[in-house]
Amino acid sequence: MTLAEFQKECESLAADGPALISAVTDLGAWGDLRNALVGRTGGRLTDIMSALGSLPKEDRRAAGQLANATKVAIEELLEKRRAELAGAAKSVVIGDPSMPARQNWRGSVHPVSLVIDEISEIFRELGFSIALGPEAETEWYNFLSLNFPADHPAMELHDTLYLEGGGLLRTHTSPVQIRTLQKYPPPIRILAPGNVYRRDFFDATHSPMFAQIEGLAVDEGISFADLKATLTHFARRFYGASRRTRFRPSFFPFTEPSAEMDVEADLGDGRGLRWIEIMGCGLVHPAALESAGVDSEKYTGWAFGMGPGRIAQSRYNIPDCRIMFDSDVRFLEQFAP
Amino acid sequence: MKISHDWLRAFVPHALTPQAVGELLSDHTVTLDGIAPLRADLVPFVVARVVASEKIPETKLSFNKVDDGSGTLLEVVCGAPNVTVGALYPFARTGTVMPAGLTIEKRKIRGFTSNGMLCSARELGLGDDHEGILALSVDVPPGTPLLGAMPIGDTQLDLDVLPNRPDLLSHRGVARELSALTGVNMETPVELQGTAAIPLATTGRPSATAHGVRVTVEDPAGAPHYIAVVIRGVKMDASPDWLKQRMESVGSRSISNVVDATNYVLHALGQPVHAFDLAKLAQHAIVVRKAKVGETLVTLDGATRTLEPWMTIIADGERATALAGVMGGQASQVTDATTDVLLEVAHFAPRDVRKVRRALGLSTDASYRFERGVDGGSTDEIASLAARLIVAVAGGTIESVLDVGAPPPSAAAVRLRPARVDQLLGAHVAEEEIERLLAAVGFMVEPGADRAFSVMPPTWRHDVSHEVDLVEEIARLRGYDALPDELRPYRIGTVPDHPLHIAGRRVRDALVAAGLAETRPMPFTKGDGTPHARVANPLAEDEPYLRKSLLDTLARRAEYNLNQHEGNVRLFEIGSAFIPDGAGLPSEELRVAALIMGARRPAHFTEPKPAAFDAWDAKALAETIARAAFPGASVRLEAGESGELWTLHVVEADPEPEIGPEQEDGSYTELFRITVFQVGSVRTVALDAPVWASPAFGVEVTLGLLPSAPVAEPGKHDYSATDERSDPHFPSFALLPTTPAAEFDLALIVPIDMPAEMVERVMQQAGGEMLEHVELFDEFRGAGVPEGKRSLAWRLTFRHPERTLRDKEIDGRRAQLLKTLEKELGVVPRTA
Repeated sequence: MTLAEFQKECESLAADGPALISAVTDLGAWGDLRNALVGRTGGRLTDIMSALGSLPKEDRRAAGQLANATKVAIEELLEKRRAELAGAAKSVVIGDPSMPARQNWRGSVHPVSLVIDEISEIFRELGFSIALGPEAETEWYNFLSLNFPADHPAMELHDTLYLEGGGLLRTHTSPVQIRTLQKYPPPIRILAPGNVYRRDFFDATHSPMFAQIEGLAVDEGISFADLKATLTHFARRFYGASRRTRFRPSFFPFTEPSAEMDVEADLGDGRGLRWIEIMGCGLVHPAALESAGVDSEKYTGWAFGMGPGRIAQSRYNIPDCRIMFDSDVRFLEQFAP
Repeated sequence: MKISHDWLRAFVPHALTPQAVGELLSDHTVTLDGIAPLRADLVPFVVARVVASEKIPETKLSFNKVDDGSGTLLEVVCGAPNVTVGALYPFARTGTVMPAGLTIEKRKIRGFTSNGMLCSARELGLGDDHEGILALSVDVPPGTPLLGAMPIGDTQLDLDVLPNRPDLLSHRGVARELSALTGVNMETPVELQGTAAIPLATTGRPSATAHGVRVTVEDPAGAPHYIAVVIRGVKMDASPDWLKQRMESVGSRSISNVVDATNYVLHALGQPVHAFDLAKLAQHAIVVRKAKVGETLVTLDGATRTLEPWMTIIADGERATALAGVMGGQASQVTDATTDVLLEVAHFAPRDVRKVRRALGLSTDASYRFERGVDGGSTDEIASLAARLIVAVAGGTIESVLDVGAPPPSAAAVRLRPARVDQLLGAHVAEEEIERLLAAVGFMVEPGADRAFSVMPPTWRHDVSHEVDLVEEIARLRGYDALPDELRPYRIGTVPDHPLHIAGRRVRDALVAAGLAETRPMPFTKGDGTPHARVANPLAEDEPYLRKSLLDTLARRAEYNLNQHEGNVRLFEIGSAFIPDGAGLPSEELRVAALIMGARRPAHFTEPKPAAFDAWDAKALAETIARAAFPGASVRLEAGESGELWTLHVVEADPEPEIGPEQEDGSYTELFRITVFQVGSVRTVALDAPVWASPAFGVEVTLGLLPSAPVAEPGKHDYSATDERSDPHFPSFALLPTTPAAEFDLALIVPIDMPAEMVERVMQQAGGEMLEHVELFDEFRGAGVPEGKRSLAWRLTFRHPERTLRDKEIDGRRAQLLKTLEKELGVVPRTA
């Protein structure tokens, strides 16, 4: 081969290359072309290069430079095209875009749990942690430690399900107050969510089991002003910043003073803005603190309790509470995120 | 508690509307539950003006044009003689139902159309006057509702009196609060201003006798104070109208003058009193004693009660004749023939009354008040007021007062430190204000030692015995809303989040992500013949037990869904299981359970109908739960027995090794003790299901215990426990590989009863450090595979951390593996 022939081969490759390279449309064809052009075996450039040895010695240097330049140019074009092809989205034909998406089952959290979470989140910002206790309780933790006088009409407020062989199903989450105060020294800031039981008939607004969430703060210097401020802060976060709140006298054996907290809210049920009771609360009764071995002269505290089930009913417009126990998946799925 | 607005005003002549009274009481004393006009039947009536009137010839009738505020003048025929043009009258539009039951309709009278009726006082039930229609001397526009235009009828306030305030179970009690809140002084109602002469009381313990009537109290614990007033010569009759109205205003039926007078005393003053017919008391005697064994009594409601020897009863000279503080007896009740009355005004022990009421299931207005506590300090006063009231409405004279026993001793004074008031309320309350507020509701406030007050509660307040009770009085009387609120700095609490709460939340998140719906059903169950914790007083006898398994509950909930024709059920619950534990409380475990049945996912037009959930989905769910519940722990799923597909085990290694026996070379082995405990299982769930339903699978895992054992003795604490603090788990990070992997597949003929896991263990051992991953991807049984065997195919991935593996190395590894598998397990490769 002469240098002129060699130059012609190189120029021919350089001339064909760009058109061939831009003509490939997928990575498979690109690979084939790459092999045909610069592949180690059977590639056109490789074939040309193998002829180098047959050139006269004085021409080899110029020919080598030319072959190399051609190779660099071709490989540059190849790489550019590869990057273009690899980066391009695969083209997909969907036909009718209005047809439905492929779905997975949607998991959901129970509405009562949603309300408990929502309440907990607000109190968490104020330093409260979550405490738990058993639902099958002793009479001492459920009543006596909480200053319920034995055999007194105050017990009528808690129609109790007793267990055979002693004990009962807790009628409120307040036993967790005493258990926590016995186990951890003040300062205490806890929430106690959980199920509680009353001997109530199962109807649209009552159930023998329902959820309650209790809050307890005990430390030196805790006052009624502190209770009012914290719970008002909560109510505004929960129901809206412009909501009015009020506190009214009430009675719970384990708090003194005891109060009922109302918030003025529109529940979207067509009855407009009105006062609704949202929780019972009060300063922890010294007798309850002393039950747990806490010095009631040194430490004071406040507590509240509310019913997430009632709140869920009004928040989600659930007219009959029984559906919250039925476990109908068509109901539960409505609470999927 | 039903309170009449008018009756209340008889005690406190305030000028507030019923709504204003309700709000004031709600803010400071007792919650108003409801407010209702007593004459709800008059709600549809309006005030109308007669604008034109002409006589209808040859009749007493007039033809009138009436403005009822509707914008159209109505033609109305009226028979009354006193129709005056320009005057206002009560008007019934067509469609109005009259108090007597008649509906007013449009009709023709003598050729004139009448569209409604102008009403007389009698037609409205407002009196007996039927001489003419009721001219109204009010200044309101026509169309105003009659009840809004003038104070017709009374209003009933429904107060939610809580057990701590029995003093509010009477009009006088509520009036006291209202007087303190409004500053309007209390008055004695006109009807209680009787002046009949009252003889000096004959007192004694344990008995008193006067004019042949004897009162003996043999059970002073059950009846500490008993006053009998003998009234001779009463004339039984219907009650006067004012008394009938009082009865109606609290929803009570008028019976007779004497009985109504006793009920008046109960509702007005809060003291239950009872009138016996003296003539029917054997030997004219009252004996307060315990019942005798087998004694019976026919109570006023006609029921025959068998009495127990612990019950306090009122007997005459021969037999039981009333249940103390609960209900009178039929035999000694007053009747039309009664002329002499023995009036009982007594103080009965609250707990005894409560016990009798519960035992007999007999709750009365009397028992309700005695149980909660009546005002023991006013028994004498009320005896006089009640006796005079009877004389005022039924005549007669008061012959004697027999007073046995004594009022209960007054309560102890309560020490009140003004500094403590400020501290608890977070606000300064001046000492003068403390004195003023407490004195207004009957407390005697005296200076005491050490800059404290000595406060004596009034005899009607049984709920005040601690300093904090007085703090509440001060707070509520000032008004909770008038106290400050201010968010103050707080110290961080010592209580960590409960680890079971944290575990529960992780599990919940994982299961929701897996497409399951959380539910919160009740834990009651029918039981299955095995021991269960049982509710002693269940509401419904069909489900008296507490569940031992959450899947038991979820199975019933799945059946509910099937009944709704919903076969795709994916439910989970985090809740308590109650494991019977001998005689005491059940052992309570917080568990999670999940149930899946039906399509693995919703159908889509691009694919055939999705397959139903199977056991392998349940196994995956169990692994998901285990990972979330016990992060970092080693969890093992073993083949289950008796209906269980798998059992879940947590493997815990003791962090401290034990030193084993000495070896030949003098070294010691370190032995790590391993504890394996079962935490749950995977099983098929038996359902009462229709034929179209898919099989149901369940997973149940115990997260931990919720112990009911006491934390410490009553009155003590125990801060030593730390078991609830959980160590956080952090996944450990492995460097990502920088070298390529090499893979090959291995199809092996494996005996059917040899677990794949066993083969994998041998592969792991024989594969060496470079074996990165073993994945079982196929199982085949049938043609070409010998009987009793199956073909299993694995893909094995090898990787060297620093260089690319050579083909030769991989081939060598493969040969080595096959040799070991054959040697150790007798497993050979499947040949084509």
